[in-house]
Amino acid sequence: MKNNRRRFLQGITAGGGALFFSVPASASNSAEYFPGWPDRVGLLMDLSLCIGCRKCEEACKAANQLPPLRTPLEDLSIFERERRTDAENYTVVNRYANPQPDRPPVYVKEQCMHCEEPACASACLVGALSKSPEGAVIYNKNICLGCRYCMIACPFNIPAYEYFNPTSPQVRKCTLCHERISRQETPACAKICPNEAITFGKKSELIDLAREKIRNHPGKYQNHLYGVSEAGGTSWLYLSELPFERLGFPADLGTKPFPEFTRGFLSMVPAVFVIWPALLGGLYAFTQSRKRPETAEQRNQANQSNPA
Amino acid sequence: MSAWILERVCNGVPPRTYLRQLITPFNLAAGLIVLLGCPFLVWRYLQGLGVVTHASNDQPWGLFLAWGLFSGVPLASTGFLLASAVYLFGMKHYYPLLRPAVLTGFIGYFFAVVYLLVDLGMPWRLPYPMIRSFGTGSVMFLVAWHVALYLSTQFVEFCPAIFEWLGADRFRRWALRVTIGATIFGVILSTLHQSALGALFLLAPGKLHPLWYSPYLPLLFFISSIFAGLSMVIVESALVSRYLPQRVGLKSLQSLDPLTLGLGKGAALALVTYFAMKWIALAHGHHWALLNTGYGWWFLVEVFGFVLVPSFLFLAGVRKENARLVRWTAVFTIVGVIANRFTVSMFAFNWKLPHREFFYWKELIIVASIVAIEVLTYRWIVNRLPVHKEHPRYPGAH
Repeated sequence: MKNNRRRFLQGITAGGGALFFSVPASASNSAEYFPGWPDRVGLLMDLSLCIGCRKCEEACKAANQLPPLRTPLEDLSIFERERRTDAENYTVVNRYANPQPDRPPVYVKEQCMHCEEPACASACLVGALSKSPEGAVIYNKNICLGCRYCMIACPFNIPAYEYFNPTSPQVRKCTLCHERISRQETPACAKICPNEAITFGKKSELIDLAREKIRNHPGKYQNHLYGVSEAGGTSWLYLSELPFERLGFPADLGTKPFPEFTRGFLSMVPAVFVIWPALLGGLYAFTQSRKRPETAEQRNQANQSNPA
Repeated sequence: MSAWILERVCNGVPPRTYLRQLITPFNLAAGLIVLLGCPFLVWRYLQGLGVVTHASNDQPWGLFLAWGLFSGVPLASTGFLLASAVYLFGMKHYYPLLRPAVLTGFIGYFFAVVYLLVDLGMPWRLPYPMIRSFGTGSVMFLVAWHVALYLSTQFVEFCPAIFEWLGADRFRRWALRVTIGATIFGVILSTLHQSALGALFLLAPGKLHPLWYSPYLPLLFFISSIFAGLSMVIVESALVSRYLPQRVGLKSLQSLDPLTLGLGKGAALALVTYFAMKWIALAHGHHWALLNTGYGWWFLVEVFGFVLVPSFLFLAGVRKENARLVRWTAVFTIVGVIANRFTVSMFAFNWKLPHREFFYWKELIIVASIVAIEVLTYRWIVNRLPVHKEHPRYPGAH
């Protein structure tokens, strides 16, 4: 009984706090915390196994009906410049020099990380981007306006835009081969990888597998599984021998899911709609009443004090 | 009927005379700028946004939004500021500036939507967030709804002037009856979407430079919209009374200087508040060390040069009753607000990326062209409707 009342009071103060001080909802109510869909899939990439063959790029383009590679696989000059994803390339492999002189360079495959709570999805004003229970962040081209706020929001700089399409420009990015996954197939990049650098499976099992790898090879890997907690967690996980910040990974993302950054502001909106009319209406009434004396008595007093 | 329309369009002079009057150096220059932009606009709709912009995936927002939305909306806060001063705060003596302010606001928002239509990939889907699919967790959803609602609200607020022009008495009375309601609704919407424009960037903590990224961004955007709007009213009324004096009532002309001083005082107060909030935001983020970097120097130029200096200049102008100084300070303040919005949405955004492109010269030509249309539209309305001068049939209404 007593406990109930305390909980009630806590609820009231938390609610009031959210209303007036815009405390993010998750801080006042732990039920908001979303640990992710239970059986969702993921992909684990072991960077020490990637040889930079770019076959994944080729397979990705075929799987997504994108125009074929512009630079053939044998042409290694492509690694001289760091690339990012664009409307024709949902994934790119970049090369990073190894600081240890006798060690080979490191290749990093980049694509949409498929965040558990995506910044892009919370940015979209029509909900054209959404996280599917299977794990993919999918795009609905039929409702997108082309405002490109998702591209502003993405902490990994992934979504790209069809700038030269005048009639139906789309936001383009990796789909996690959502349709293949629905058919119980493996994403194209994981399937083609000749060195098995990419493992596809349930995310929970991939995390176990990666931790086991770290344990079984003492000193080989960084003791950090990138993607477990970054920006609230992502469907792609990375194992690396080198520190991630040296390999082009954003290292300052923190663990907070990105939708949290605007949740506080949005929670203020209904409060303003309720409080402002009362406040401003009151102000209006105040200025009105100050102008004209209300009663005959007041009017007399006013006349007496101003003998004109 | 057609004679009635012709009389209103040609402003009461014979059509032939009216057409001849149109040929002025100003109109020729404005027309030339509009014509210059047209081929680029056509090109953009035929070939895609990429032919007039840098088509950057890293910097997806360029000049159209930095100018049209992020600068245009705070500068169009004029309507909500003057309406709340006159109707809610009881500052009736600002009434002569109310209609000009509502018109400036309406046109500012209307053209913010025009810039959006240029920038959006599929502009014909603009109503989708209202009718088709609701991304309620998005700050952009709020911006879209509020800009649409506020545009309508300002139209209602401006309706009395339109109905006086058309001589529709009954409609005019109806429009006047909703004034207080529309004003309060307008203040709510303005508070929320002015700050929402800042809140848009809350979603990009790693991309916007820490000197500008702050949980206080919504508040900073809101406060700066106040001195932006007040400065716009000062500049707009000065320009109209100088270049279109025949459209301004004698009483309004005489009362302009004291009203300008009053607005300057308000702007100074908002600037000082903003100055303090900028430092609170900096202290909150604990980014003092960043002040001694290139970005830090620009931050200091902004905070001292474009905020503190104009607040002193406003106060000096008010104290010396120097309306001219207040007017030039208002111009300076407007430049400062634009600089701030350009910084947040372009210069300080993606600051970690090694190669950046802000905007393409073709964007500038399109923007110049739309600005010319904006000015011509404003003048067209001011030349016809009872905005700065009361309508002879409705004395005392203005």
